This record gives sequence, C-alpha cells and structure tokens, in this order.
Amino acid sequence: MSTSSVLYDHPGPRAKVRNTVLSVIFGVALVGLVYWIYSKFDQANQWEGWLWKPFAEPKTWTQFILPGLWATLKAAGVGMLLSLAFGIIFAVGRLSEHKWISIPAGAVVEFFRAVPLLLMIFFVFYGLPYVIKQPVTAFWSVVIGLTLYNGSVLAEAFRAGIRSLPGGQSEAAYAIGMRKTQVMQLILIPQAARAMLPIIVSQLVVLLKDTALGYIVAYPELLQRGVNDLAANYGNIIPAAMVIAVIYIIINSILTWFAGWLERRTGTRRVRVPRQRAGTASSTVVEPQG
Amino acid sequence: MHVFSDPKNFDAFLSSFLWILKLTGASAVGALVLGVLLAAMRVSPVPVLRGFGAAWVNIFRNTPLTLVIFFCYFGLFVTLGLSLSQDLFLNIYWLGVIGLSTYTAAFVCEAVRSGINTVPTGQAEAARAIGLTFAQTLRIVVLPQAARSVIAPFGSILIALCKNATIVGTIGLMESSSVMKDLINFNGDAVIPIFLVFAGTFAAILIPTGYFFGWLANRLAVKR
Repeated sequence: MSTSSVLYDHPGPRAKVRNTVLSVIFGVALVGLVYWIYSKFDQANQWEGWLWKPFAEPKTWTQFILPGLWATLKAAGVGMLLSLAFGIIFAVGRLSEHKWISIPAGAVVEFFRAVPLLLMIFFVFYGLPYVIKQPVTAFWSVVIGLTLYNGSVLAEAFRAGIRSLPGGQSEAAYAIGMRKTQVMQLILIPQAARAMLPIIVSQLVVLLKDTALGYIVAYPELLQRGVNDLAANYGNIIPAAMVIAVIYIIINSILTWFAGWLERRTGTRRVRVPRQRAGTASSTVVEPQG
Repeated sequence: MHVFSDPKNFDAFLSSFLWILKLTGASAVGALVLGVLLAAMRVSPVPVLRGFGAAWVNIFRNTPLTLVIFFCYFGLFVTLGLSLSQDLFLNIYWLGVIGLSTYTAAFVCEAVRSGINTVPTGQAEAARAIGLTFAQTLRIVVLPQAARSVIAPFGSILIALCKNATIVGTIGLMESSSVMKDLINFNGDAVIPIFLVFAGTFAAILIPTGYFFGWLANRLAVKR
C-alpha cells in the first residue's frame, strides 16, 4: 500500500462535508492547544522581549551558538568516520569463516549495541582515567562512546547489506579466481556500501543527535553552549532551548532529506535484490537512539 | 567485587535498574498508545490531522532526546510549575516518562505507518468494497495485519527506549548510569568491574529481549 488513500474512498459530497467539519473541529482544537501553551508560557513571562533579544545580537551567535554548532559537527564528523571504520571491520569480522574471529566480533557488536551510550560516555570520562592513569578529554569520551555504539549498529547494517547481495555475486568472483579478501574488497563491500548508503546517512542523524549527550561531561557542544551557557548569561533557558531545538531540527531534516534523496537515487540503479531479503536488511537497523 | 558486597552499593545498583525498568514500562505504554494514534492520524482522510501527525514526527524525531528531557524539566516543571508528585524523585520520574513517551511515539508512529504499507492493497480495497468506513477498515482489517509486521521494529524501539531511559539521569533521577558514575568516583580501584556489572546487566536484559522479539516476529509473520 504505497498511498494512504487506499484506506478510504474518494470523498463524495457527504464525506467532503464530514472531512471539512472534522478539519474545522480539529483545527480549532489545535489552535486552542497552541494558544493554551502560548498563554501558559505568557503567564510565566517567557515571551518578554529581553529574553529573546540576545538572539538578535551577533555576540550570542559568534560566542555561543556557532562554536557550539562547530563542536557538535566536529564530534559527529570524527565519530562518523571512526564508526564507519569500526562498522566495516566488525561486519567483515563477523562474516569471517574462522570461528575465532567471527565469535568475538559478534560478541563485541552485540555487547555494545546493548549498552546505553550514556553509560559508555560516563565510563570513558570518569572511569578510564583511573585505568590509563591520565585524563580523557570530554571530546574523546563523546567520540569513543559514539564510535562504539554507532559502529556496532553500522556493523550490523553492513552485515545485513553484504548478506542481502545475491549469492551469484561472490560465486562469480570466486569462479574467476579471486581470493576471499578480493571478493570482499572488490565485489561485496562496494555493492553493500552503496545499498546501505541511506542507512549510513540516517545513522548520521542518530549520531548527531547523540552528541547532545556531550553536555553531561561538559563538552562544549550545541546544547551546552547554546542552552546551558547562554542561559547562564542571559537567564533565558526556555527561549534558548527553543532556538537550539529549531537548529537541531533544521540540520537533521536536511540530513533526513538527503538520506531519502540518496535512497531514491540509488534505488533505481541498484542491483536487483530479492524483495524479502532486502526487506529484512532494512528493518534490522531501524534503531532510534537519543 | 568488593564494591557490590557492600549492601548500600548493592541496593543503589538494584534500585537504579528498577528505575530503568519502571521508566521503560510506563513510557512503552504511553509511546505505544500515542504512536498508534499518531499513525492513524497520518493516514486519515482529514488533512489537519495528517499535518499534525507529520509535524509531531518531524519535530521529535529530529530533536535530541537529551533536549526533550531537558525541556520537560526546565520547561514543564521549573518554568510552568507542572508538578506531578510531591516526591522529588517521583516527580522527575513522571517528567521523564512524558519526555520518553513523546519522543518514542514518533518512532512508533513511523513503524506503524510502514507496517500499514506492508498490508497488501487488496485488503483495504476489499474492506472498502464491502462498505467499511475508514475507522472500520483500519481497526478491523488493516491494523491487525500490520501489527504482525511491526513486531520486529517494536522490539528495537523498546530496546532503544530502555537504553534511552538512562538519559533521565541527566535531570537528577538516580538511574543506572548516574549510580555507576558515583560508584566509579568513590571506587577508583574497581572501575572495570563496576562498568562490566552495569553494562553486563543491560546486555543480560536487552540481548535476550532482542532475540525474543526476533523469534516472536518470525512466529507471527504473515506468510505471503
């Protein structure tokens, strides 16, 4: 069922009237809800000009929001590169024919997928310094946490992607005399990476959102700089949270749109994958995370 | 393991995971109800409802959960004075449940919507042909079939929800990650055992849950 209109008949005169009436009723209710929220914030004096005025000053942007945004993007970028590497290595490791590689690789992936990101960030930031006898910066504790978690998710995505390729691909490669490494490097990974590209980009959205956890270890990212520090200076925590939320929504919407665009674009040229297996490949990796 | 042989630490460990389970349970119910309603809105014939559902999904799916929880505490509680319980921790708990439910509902909605898409067109067409209304088509014919195909995504949403419950610790609930942080700070000599116990407990809860949902999804799958 690709279009939702299959669920109801093309509206006739009565249905049109009913839909209009319902639209008006829910529209009024919605406006009422928005107004109620507005008035609640108004009673709490959250719409006063001085709370919003800082956002019109360049200093707010150059000192708080833009450096925070840059730190967020930096952590997300480094985290993405490292988790891609982690994902490829562990996906290939888990598909290995040697039990002594595939079982530990599988255990690592399963373990890190099951451990909350916050727990890992706390361990790296507070615990690891006791072990390695030197402090770990907030940046690296965020990046290491993001890499282990998202790398494991991507490893599962890659594995599903490689397994969803038609068996003929690797058979043909073996038939022309390629070795296992060559089959993996030249035949399987490039095709799987292409099929998995939309999932990789949507995982980037998850990763970008997760960088917000960095504020707990005082990493100066967007939430820390834009909400905590800004509000500490101007006392406008609610307006600041709203502005920062809008920035996150804009960036992530662009990335989501980009993932959809990639899916449409690669979808038409993609190798034919049996439908059922393609379905399982994409459904195993839908994993929302804060 | 001397850290956990101290009954005070062991109690903190147990109660921290109890908070996680309570948060997961209450938020799962909230997110499920809200998510199915949102999905029904998104496929409904009324444009205003479709727009409302789409806006909800786009806003909450693209906002970090940390910010949502942050807003529940500083917006709903501190600024608007919404107090849900006299007890400090219980109040934070319910604020956390609100945040987790609203956030997770967006993912449940998307899962249900893609589940609806797996039901063959003929089913809805046949339902319309025998004169069922939109609500009847959805309730009697489409949703029961869609439910079977969304079990696997629901499993991964539930697992993510359980892990996300730790984020409520950022507004002061003594859940497992906050307790682990405190234990690490007081027991610098046993950092790795502490981490392994906390992480291992999550793994022991969540990995079997994942396999259970995989098994259930296979068992209830519609053979087509």
